[in-house]
Amino acid sequence: MNNIIKRYIPQILVILFVVLIFGFLTLNAQTNMDNRGIDFGFGFLSQESSFDVQFSLIEYSGSDSYARAFLVGLLNTLLVSFISIIICTILGVIIGVARLSSNYLIKNSAGWYVEFFRNIPLLLQIFFWYYAALRALPMPEKANAWFGVTYMTVKGYYIPSMVWENLNVFLYCGLAAIISIIVLRNYASKLRDTQGKQIPVLLYSVALLIVLPLLSFLFGGVSLEFQIPELKKLSKISYIYEGGISLPPELIALVLALSLYTSTFVAECVRAGIEGVSKGQKEAAASVGLTPNQVLKLVIMPQALRIIIPPTTNQYLNLTKNSSLAAAIAYPDLVLVFAGTALMQTGKAIEIVSITMLTYLTISLTIAAIMNWYNKKIEIKEK
Amino acid sequence: MFKIIKQLTSVVAMFAVLFAFSTETMAAKKSKTLENTKKRGFVRCGVSQGLPGFSNADEAGNWTGIDVDVCRAVAAATLGDATKVKFTPLSAKERFTALTSGEIDILSRNTTWTLSRDADIGLTFVGVNFYDGQGFMVRKGSGIASTSEFKNGTSVCTNLGTTTELNMRDFFDSKGISYEPVVFEKADEVVAAYDAGRCDTYTTDKSGLAAQRTKLSAPDDHVVLPETISKEPLGPVVRQGDSVWEDIVRWSLNTMIEAEEYGVNSSNADMMKTSNNPAIKRLVGAEGELGAAFGLDNDWNLRIIKQVGNYGESYKRNIADTGILPDRGPNELWTKGGILYVPPAR
Repeated sequence: MNNIIKRYIPQILVILFVVLIFGFLTLNAQTNMDNRGIDFGFGFLSQESSFDVQFSLIEYSGSDSYARAFLVGLLNTLLVSFISIIICTILGVIIGVARLSSNYLIKNSAGWYVEFFRNIPLLLQIFFWYYAALRALPMPEKANAWFGVTYMTVKGYYIPSMVWENLNVFLYCGLAAIISIIVLRNYASKLRDTQGKQIPVLLYSVALLIVLPLLSFLFGGVSLEFQIPELKKLSKISYIYEGGISLPPELIALVLALSLYTSTFVAECVRAGIEGVSKGQKEAAASVGLTPNQVLKLVIMPQALRIIIPPTTNQYLNLTKNSSLAAAIAYPDLVLVFAGTALMQTGKAIEIVSITMLTYLTISLTIAAIMNWYNKKIEIKEK
Repeated sequence: MFKIIKQLTSVVAMFAVLFAFSTETMAAKKSKTLENTKKRGFVRCGVSQGLPGFSNADEAGNWTGIDVDVCRAVAAATLGDATKVKFTPLSAKERFTALTSGEIDILSRNTTWTLSRDADIGLTFVGVNFYDGQGFMVRKGSGIASTSEFKNGTSVCTNLGTTTELNMRDFFDSKGISYEPVVFEKADEVVAAYDAGRCDTYTTDKSGLAAQRTKLSAPDDHVVLPETISKEPLGPVVRQGDSVWEDIVRWSLNTMIEAEEYGVNSSNADMMKTSNNPAIKRLVGAEGELGAAFGLDNDWNLRIIKQVGNYGESYKRNIADTGILPDRGPNELWTKGGILYVPPAR
């Protein structure tokens, strides 16, 4: 009995204390809001938003609801984070491996790159790309075509858009290719385990990935046309491109800044991971006759990944949260659209800020969950 | 165990009642804001981050503008010194939260009076110190002379969190034109983006356009289109729930306008004490007990006129003489063809 009291009383007191504080804060907010005549509620989400957004992945206009405006902002945040995560990972791995290169020039330029981009505040880098680099681009009518069909201008980057026919057939073929690659891989590893035979999986996979979708063009009635952006006159001196896809300069500046900045941290994670695998492993692998490529792929990387994944997850989370700096350069992300314009127009500060915070929390936890799952998958399985 | 929990809940409930009660009494009749202002020794005033003519700071940090003068008038009335104001520059996005959370006591920041702002979000508008309307600025070389010449795909730069964002949508929707809104939080960023050619047109209140035009690299290359697409009555705002403070701010502004109507200005205010007109005598504190209604002394309005001047002086000093809008337009007294009309101070 005495033990139970000793064990539980402090815990109960702590819980009560926390509940009390939260209760007081809620009550305080409520009375103060009552006094000032502010209502609390989420009814506004279904009301007409009556403002437009510059750039949206889904159909949206001012006659849609605030809930849809929220979705527009959320998708824009996810878009910029997704693109930046992919670019920063590719860049990070290249730079990280380059830092370990025996070539003096490669090693040192990679080192310089990391030190340079890591040590300048991110917001400053965003400002640099947006206000200095991209503002120096030519006006649409003076822009030179890149690759003949894309135009980089001060109003955005214009690229051709794709006009598909029977897109679903193409997608099914792609899906079929992916499934057959998975089946092939399983078969190949079984073959290796039971009979010791090696088949060139990578070669077959690439072939599948190319051939199957190609077949859809020949026999599935799939066709693809490119719509090339064309110059259109708005007034005597102002032009835009029409017909293609326009990537706003705000998006490009943000992706550049986020991916270059975060890639330095990813590079350091990669370097640490590879250096963390003991030298003996490499030597042992070489002594059993594996080629240098096989050593890296089969021995070093699987072990290095275990060290690389957890800190890299942190960098992905940071990148996603940092994407909220978008508001500084007019990229319509969740913070600008929802916690900015929507908050201003409705005045529902407490509701909107809590929804926004919960959303970022959910995004972060989801990324963490995916990376944890991957980390579990590659960790040492003791048999 | 159960008993303890029960006791604790009753304690919590008691606390809840106590706190609820104490906040309730705080909001009672007397002006808490006035008391706090007197204790603090300065008026806390929210202004823009720099809009020439309305609220703008010079290199030495001195604020000027007609919005600034409203806060100075309140300081003169309540503290006896028009310089005792602490100005907080706010973005359009921050302004209402700063006011409702109690960071500032007056928001005098070219803010449009609308129903939803007045009724919905715990604010009270006390009057109008500038009648404005939304317009568009374009480059002269574009040859655009009217908003009807805008074409699909026009990119429009503007400020975040303003009625401008809503009016612009109404306008382009009704004309059936698709456009690209580019919204920035700070006015300077909007100007820079427009100047760099990111946008084809820049839209905000016309007074704002006139003021911001001076910040462009070549102001003469730009022109404000004649159309006005909305009504924008701009005025000072206070928190809801302190009606005495609300009255002080409202009548400080009204005093400036009425002083112009009766020809009382900063230089002749003292002489006006001996005027034959009772309305003028009330306006300079020589007759009646007007200040008592707000808990102020009887010279409150005289101090406003002497230290800040009447509305006409303020307009001339800040907007006309700086070349922003030399013509007063609707912001002329009702007796001279404008729509400035305030209730009588008596």
